[in-house]
Amino acid sequence: MQKDAVVKLEDISFKYSNEVILNHINLEIYDKEFITLLGPSGCGKTTTLRIIAGFETPDEGSVYFEGEKINDVPPHKRSVNTVFQKYALFPHLNVFDNVAFGLKLKKLSKKEIEQKVKAMLAVVDLKGYEKRPVKALSGGQQQRVAIARALVCDPKVVLLDEPLGALDLKLRKDMQIELKQLQQKTQKTFVYVTHDQEEALTMSDRVVVMNNGVIAQIGTPEEVYNEPVNAFVADFIGEANIINGTMLEDCKVKILGKTLNCVDKGFGKNAPVDVVIRPEDIEVIPPEEAQLVGVVEDVVFKGVHFEMSVRCENCQWLIHSTVAQKVGEKIGMTVSPDNIQIMHKMFLNPNNEIFTEVYYSDKEQNTTTFLLEGEEVTIPDTFFEEGEKLHIVLPPDALYIAGDGVGQLDEVYIESVIWKGEHNEIILESDERKWLMHSDVDEQVATYVPVCFDFSKATVERAEEAEDEV
Amino acid sequence: MKSKATSYPYLLWMLVFTVIPLLMVIYYAFTDSTGAFSLHNFVNASDYSEVFLYSLYVALISTLICLVLAYPLAFSISRCTESKQRIIVMFLMVPMWMNFLLRIYAWVLILQNYGPLDTILSFFGLDLTLIGNTGAVVVGMVYEFLPFMILPIHAVMSKIDDSLIEAAQDLGCSGVYVFRKVIFPLSVPGIISGITMVFVPTASTFLVAQYLGGTQFMIGDVIERVFQSDHHTGSAIALVLMVVILGFLVFMNRFGDKEAVTG
Repeated sequence: MQKDAVVKLEDISFKYSNEVILNHINLEIYDKEFITLLGPSGCGKTTTLRIIAGFETPDEGSVYFEGEKINDVPPHKRSVNTVFQKYALFPHLNVFDNVAFGLKLKKLSKKEIEQKVKAMLAVVDLKGYEKRPVKALSGGQQQRVAIARALVCDPKVVLLDEPLGALDLKLRKDMQIELKQLQQKTQKTFVYVTHDQEEALTMSDRVVVMNNGVIAQIGTPEEVYNEPVNAFVADFIGEANIINGTMLEDCKVKILGKTLNCVDKGFGKNAPVDVVIRPEDIEVIPPEEAQLVGVVEDVVFKGVHFEMSVRCENCQWLIHSTVAQKVGEKIGMTVSPDNIQIMHKMFLNPNNEIFTEVYYSDKEQNTTTFLLEGEEVTIPDTFFEEGEKLHIVLPPDALYIAGDGVGQLDEVYIESVIWKGEHNEIILESDERKWLMHSDVDEQVATYVPVCFDFSKATVERAEEAEDEV
Repeated sequence: MKSKATSYPYLLWMLVFTVIPLLMVIYYAFTDSTGAFSLHNFVNASDYSEVFLYSLYVALISTLICLVLAYPLAFSISRCTESKQRIIVMFLMVPMWMNFLLRIYAWVLILQNYGPLDTILSFFGLDLTLIGNTGAVVVGMVYEFLPFMILPIHAVMSKIDDSLIEAAQDLGCSGVYVFRKVIFPLSVPGIISGITMVFVPTASTFLVAQYLGGTQFMIGDVIERVFQSDHHTGSAIALVLMVVILGFLVFMNRFGDKEAVTG
């Protein structure tokens, strides 16, 4: 692959009415590559595309096109063309005029326009559709017109904003392959935005995984699948068993009380880590030979393989295997060391430690109140003198989402929800800090919820010199 | 089945208040006072052909002025945020909450001799008669019917998807071209219905000319006057007006369809 960056995003930040959409993004897009921006909705992938197209201007940072800064160049002067999410075909024009739209503006001769449009319609398999009104076309055909309209202008870079989202599954699969072939045939740079991880893996040379306005990982489809950098990427791409573990030393990881061999190094001793094991990497062996033993709870036939749910200790494991086991059967599981992927924890304050001081307290009621992000929070059955320094430890299961809509912290943003075998690990973001919460419920990412604290599960003590540590 | 049953009251309504009156007009137009068939009413009606043409002329001028005023306004409203659009549209509607006659009286007061506008203009040495002429009638008409031009154009324009405008920019259109190539062609249906909604009532309305036009009546006023003494001639004039307007509507619709297909 050539390493000339056609488009370069340097330290791009973008805010929309005070909400941070993009947070210091750096990205180089190389010539003639098929690059995909992948992430859940609201991660900033479409905004990134719109910044390249020129529809949005970044608040901070620079956009370079072939080495030239183009922050202030309006969209119609950029050598990029976009295929829009809902095609955005001009309803008052027929197929020919839609495709010819860009060429007419370039003041080409009539003959030349006709030649180019005809050739492009042949490329996208729409020969003979020239005179049809676009409203009379099917979704897939409209999609082809939109692609032809962008490609016929001969741009350096083609931007595609979830172009297959509105198509049915079968058509989408066909179009994925066609798009990839089209990109190879035309030798253009494609920047593709999608939330569909399978689509990204199928088509891309490189995948950019985005989450919450930052790039989580850039790599080839194989890299992001096999070597995810954190639990978010592992969870978002493909199916995965993600388990809390401890890195005892290089190449030794402890999960569920068992020490397993792996191939990762450099995490230090006794470091808490996330461990990823893909369901197809787990081999079923007789229980007496295995370290990990579990009971089959559920078997579903998926065509190519069986999907089995296995309970091992407190954890639920997902296994893909071509051989079905019986429900209720005890099986052993083994994973080869190079299929165990070790990742740094996404969150470094797992016990939600807070250092604060007593705002006021009530001896009779036996309560202590402190200020948390401007709100008064009262701890029942605890008394400390006013003004005293406190060290509060709220383990993840001391947090819960208020069912009645009134929380001690209202409007807390759910940043990520990851299934960790026995419960969901949820990372929350309030005004000043992030929180880790455990929940059995599958909460909706990128929404705001009220959060409450269960102080019976928390420890509250007088803070001594501990303050320096944070 | 159910929908058919619920439509009966409306069918009855249309029968009583539209179809029967229409048939009565046709009946009166083709009969004389004895009830016998006669085309004499149309001969009488032709006496008013000058007023008739004058009315169409005033309607045409008023419609054009409405279009020129309304189009840029509707365009700029449609570029605002949705909440702003709602507020502006509401303000456009506010005058319509007031009685039609009151609004015309207001113009009589503004335009009359030694009225506020006349005083200001004579201060600058301009001695003009502001009332009792075609100009005053057109002013009244435009004021009266401007919202009927703005609203349909705005309705169509606000429905133009932003992504179409972005697509045009993306393909190389600067601001002017985006307007010429995308926004204008897509707003034509709004223009057509705006013209229809203004031209038809301006051609047939009465009272405006009576208050603002001095001695120069319009066909609506004539119909009102004639009806008071002679139902038959009045019906004949009304029928001719109706046919002309119907022809105009058919023409506009044809034009609209063609425009939508060929751009």
